[in-house]
Amino acid sequence: MDNGFIIETENLRKVYGETTAVDGISFQVRRGELFGILGPNGAGKTTTIRMLYGFSPMTAGMLKVFGKDITTDWRAIRARMGICHQDNNLDPDLTLMENLLVFSRYFGLPQKAAAGRAEKLLKFIGLETRTDSKPPSLSGGMMRRLILARALINEPELIILDEPTTGLDPQSRHLVWERLGELKKQGITILLTTHYMEEAARLCDRLIIIDNGKIIAEGKPSELVKKHVGHEVIESSPASSELIEFVKQRGFEHEVFGDHILIYRREEDEPLFQEISHKYCQGNCTLRTATLEDVFLRLTGRQLRE
Amino acid sequence: MKLLGNNITTRFWSIWVRNWIVYLRTWKINFLPPILEPILYIAAFGVGFRLLVPAVQFHGKDMSYVQFIAPALIAVSIMNSSFFETTYSSFVRMYYQKTFDAIMAAPVSVQEVITGEIVWGTARSVMTAAVMLVVLSFFGLVPWPEAFWLLPAAVLGGFAFSAIGMMFTGLIPNIELFNLPVFLFITPMFLFGGTFFPMDGMPSWAKIVAGTMPLTHIVNLCREICCGSVISRDAVVAVSYLAVFSAVFYPLALFTMRKRLIK
Repeated sequence: MDNGFIIETENLRKVYGETTAVDGISFQVRRGELFGILGPNGAGKTTTIRMLYGFSPMTAGMLKVFGKDITTDWRAIRARMGICHQDNNLDPDLTLMENLLVFSRYFGLPQKAAAGRAEKLLKFIGLETRTDSKPPSLSGGMMRRLILARALINEPELIILDEPTTGLDPQSRHLVWERLGELKKQGITILLTTHYMEEAARLCDRLIIIDNGKIIAEGKPSELVKKHVGHEVIESSPASSELIEFVKQRGFEHEVFGDHILIYRREEDEPLFQEISHKYCQGNCTLRTATLEDVFLRLTGRQLRE
Repeated sequence: MKLLGNNITTRFWSIWVRNWIVYLRTWKINFLPPILEPILYIAAFGVGFRLLVPAVQFHGKDMSYVQFIAPALIAVSIMNSSFFETTYSSFVRMYYQKTFDAIMAAPVSVQEVITGEIVWGTARSVMTAAVMLVVLSFFGLVPWPEAFWLLPAAVLGGFAFSAIGMMFTGLIPNIELFNLPVFLFITPMFLFGGTFFPMDGMPSWAKIVAGTMPLTHIVNLCREICCGSVISRDAVVAVSYLAVFSAVFYPLALFTMRKRLIK
């Protein structure tokens, strides 16, 4: 039965009335993998996650977690996974310790064992000195860490995080990254959504980019960069009309927006930057490594998503 | 343990326990209303009203006005405790604190969350009734041991109002709109549910209207118990009414809340 896949989806669809939030996506997550779902706002990330833990019933398709069908075995599946929601849904009236203990009751865990586990988890997230504080007195980063600890109370084999670092300061973000790395080392499978490309590139073994409910790219971060953008990016602002003309003529992949031009350089076009900077730029040309953000913007466009 | 199909198991107790733990943090404040309310009413009606209404006839028996309204005060508290718990308090947990969303990341169904909330609202009614019972006993207004039956009566009435309150929570778009069921449903019952005057002498249409109200039946039940007649025609009618009421509104509460929460 065990084919090494923790999550398997096929043609997963979710329709709300007139709108199709998730439009037939298929992907697999392997055991021990850190898998990312990227996409602009409203792309269907959160809807997908809600289906993954059996909260939203799917409209059509197949979804298995731990090799079990989510529609019939949701209870057994949830017992083995942890969810970190995007919103802060901690209990404001309870202390940090009580938050974890009350949550363990929903899993039917014996309270004695849960207390020991909660203590370890508070240490793991660096809040062991705040055991008796209440969530409203915590900073945003601390709350997010507490939500992570709460999702670990049942010793899950899979954790799902919906935008775990949105709105966090750099220190907190790095701490979350570090903890996720440790969890991965323990063999826990992790699925996260994010719209920070640096985060995705840094953490994810594999990822999918979804837009309008469809998968538009899938692979390892470095492969995606190579495939969709190339090796390096030459940026020029303002872009002269001669430069645009030159790039068009030579057939280089490029993008123009406003008075800005991005030229995607493939590995074989080694001397391109020198040529461009000598002939067409007056000190307003930069060469940089291509990133996942370039891939993302290229594939999902630059218009605002709200 | 499965109770009603795969979606309701005894796991709903964990939600009850969650609410109990939160309640204990503020129990001193929570216990004040059920202690103060009967004292205030008794002061107002016992001292202030005594000259206007020296005695009331109920079921052919003469009693003081305070004696007449004491069981109704318990009935009204049974109604209010559970109804306000599953409306305002549950709405805050559902909408502002997103507690239900958090719980449903665990192996708990939406039906279990709602059942836990309704049973918790019921418990609030029982606790309030118990505190009032003690207070009213000091004034000699409830007979023992018959008064013990007020607690199962609180279970029955509390569940009924918990369930219908939860149904409103499933339907209402925002918290301000709870004013509507309070104003159109709770307040009329409070005034006309046989609480402050005996229904015996009322015209028949008024009796029929009052008979449709759930509070009237809780009042009747409490009053019968306090008159020492635990098994009477009115009590049997009241118990049957409340049982049917719960059997209708509990599934409706599950339905509306599921519709609201699961998208």
